[in-house]
Amino acid sequence: MLTDLSIDQQAVLTLAALVLFTTFAMLAQRSLLTLIQVFAWQGTLLALTTALVAQSSGQHHLYFSALLTLSLKAFFIPWLLRRLVVRLDIVRDVEPVMHTTVVMFIAAALVVFSYYIVLPVEALAVQLTRNTIAVGLSVVLLGMLIMISRRKAVTQVIGFMTMENGLFFTAVAATYGMPMIVELGIAFDVLVAAVLFGVFFFHIRSSIESLDVDRLNRLSEEERR
Amino acid sequence: MSALIVLLGAPIAGGLLLAFFGHRGAAGLINIAVAALSFAAGLGLALEVFAKGPLLSGGRLFYVDAFNVYLLLLTSFVGLTTALFSRRYMAYERTRGRVGPKSLRLYHSMYQGFLFAMLLALSSNNLGVLWVAMEFATLSTVLLVSLYRTPEAVEAGWKYFILCGVGIAQALFGTVLLYFTGHRVLPDGQDALLWSELYGMATQLDPTVILLAFVFIVVGYGTKIGLVPLHNWLPDAHSEGPTPMSAVLSGLLLNVALYAVVRVKMLMDPGHSSQLAGHIMMGFGLISFLVAGLFIHRQRDIKRMFSYSSIEHMGLMTFAFGLGGPLATFGALLHMTVHSLTKSALFVATGHAAQIAGTQSMDKIRGLIRTQPAVGWSLLLGTLAIAGLPPFGVFVSEFLLLTATMQQQPIFTVALLLGLVIAFAGLFRHLHPMVYGEAPAGQRPIAVNTLPISLHLLLVLCLGIAIPPVLTQWFNQATWLITGQRLL
Repeated sequence: MLTDLSIDQQAVLTLAALVLFTTFAMLAQRSLLTLIQVFAWQGTLLALTTALVAQSSGQHHLYFSALLTLSLKAFFIPWLLRRLVVRLDIVRDVEPVMHTTVVMFIAAALVVFSYYIVLPVEALAVQLTRNTIAVGLSVVLLGMLIMISRRKAVTQVIGFMTMENGLFFTAVAATYGMPMIVELGIAFDVLVAAVLFGVFFFHIRSSIESLDVDRLNRLSEEERR
Repeated sequence: MSALIVLLGAPIAGGLLLAFFGHRGAAGLINIAVAALSFAAGLGLALEVFAKGPLLSGGRLFYVDAFNVYLLLLTSFVGLTTALFSRRYMAYERTRGRVGPKSLRLYHSMYQGFLFAMLLALSSNNLGVLWVAMEFATLSTVLLVSLYRTPEAVEAGWKYFILCGVGIAQALFGTVLLYFTGHRVLPDGQDALLWSELYGMATQLDPTVILLAFVFIVVGYGTKIGLVPLHNWLPDAHSEGPTPMSAVLSGLLLNVALYAVVRVKMLMDPGHSSQLAGHIMMGFGLISFLVAGLFIHRQRDIKRMFSYSSIEHMGLMTFAFGLGGPLATFGALLHMTVHSLTKSALFVATGHAAQIAGTQSMDKIRGLIRTQPAVGWSLLLGTLAIAGLPPFGVFVSEFLLLTATMQQQPIFTVALLLGLVIAFAGLFRHLHPMVYGEAPAGQRPIAVNTLPISLHLLLVLCLGIAIPPVLTQWFNQATWLITGQRLL
């Protein structure tokens, strides 16, 4: 049971719960700036988890990934997003969250679903790993839900980055991170993606004079023109 | 080893160089030169692997065997011929004022970046690096899809970015799970994502975890293959981007994504007696094949039509790899080659046709064969080839696939034949007026380079008449690697 786990492992579980909680918070958050702030907190939690796992497992390269995560996901990307929001002059934008209750129910169902999927892994893994993989998968799926349920380009990007956080969390908590070269590669890709998203905001804005991706609807299989 | 360094190094160096000089007049030529260097290195590497067997190098970071070496060669070859086409095409786009110097720099630099990502994905032994390279391929092409900055192009780029990004995140989750199970049989964490190590231990990997990993990887890379229902980005990205981009996306990116799925399937099969991986792929493949065939009928944009044809063919290949067995696998490998050659030639022809008519709308492209016979004939012959008419190579591979299906799962033969007929009808229904119709007044021929088209179609024709023994041996070896049995 839970008491069989060491203090470190219990702490990892607590952090897992907090990461999941921040994801739910993002799902319901309307104001863009607060959303970015919650996202930054999630990044901090990830870095903390990584450092904790590094300490308890003795995998010292994880300290480096913790530092990388902290600088990238807790500082750089939120800073970049906030700057873009200011420059695009959408600070005061409040995005209506449609059908909040329904979205929350779906979110809860997704978490249950993740646990259901991960159950077969039980045979070979300790309780800790099963929980962390399930939470990681939930965060990935909830990130997807954020992207589906929201209409603003900025929110979609945050959903996208949340999915990435979920993946990173799974990798750290279940397998003590990935080999260094892969982690560096992933961090590089995330960085490039963040910058490209910024470029895209301006392109979208200049083409449809709004950042409502709902209005990107010229290309479809319906009869056109 | 040195060939591998040149193969991967040339596009990096070229990409950096073109980031600064990509707008100059000579940029097209530099682009060609770099691609040619890469192709020469690919040829050297292929000879080396052919003579000495699988090559493991760079601290086990790279692994080249019969399966990926021919894809490496194909990739660098199509990269070269498309660069040949791209020089005239982009020069013309510039005179039309659709791109400026900044866009040209971006275009040339990212063209090489994309080729690098493809080659890295193919030659990497590390499944994590494979993922990183696939993601980088998306990132390098996403701004090229929206290069023209029209609202449609920006929308296509955004869709491509988001859908492929979400898709590929699933593939990363699958990769993490693979690492998780690999870690249990391979104590050193550095080894647990190396394909060559995992393959040796494939029977010991936990079957439930690897099944879960495989499902995530099929969905993830399947988005990039363009499997229905994850295909939405593909027609948009192909139709709105510059045509050389469509040629390499269709001819190369889709292949590489399928390659990644097959590699993981190879890890899963030994531990599963039930062919479950194969059944998943057959399902996705067949649905994509049939749905895309129907969608060809209702297209109005010429590039959209051919991109649905790509989905159709990728579906067929996925189905064939899923079917398994030496004959189907051999056919699928051949089909990968001929499809990628034919489809990139077709996109080149399409690009010329659209420049002649000044539009991509099929209702307005008319009388190509009268205005410029070279373009009209290329489009006609290319479409004949892609529709699977003899004596072209696509006919041979489709025939092999049908035979294999009849042997193993006769029930699906009907669906396959039906799908082929539907696609055939769809393609020709649109093609006929474009090639033979009355040319609008004032339609003028343009400067074209038909070398890429004729080279590709000639190769496809040769493959249709007689496959050279060297190639047969390659395919045979690759078939043996994938299925454990030889065909010949």
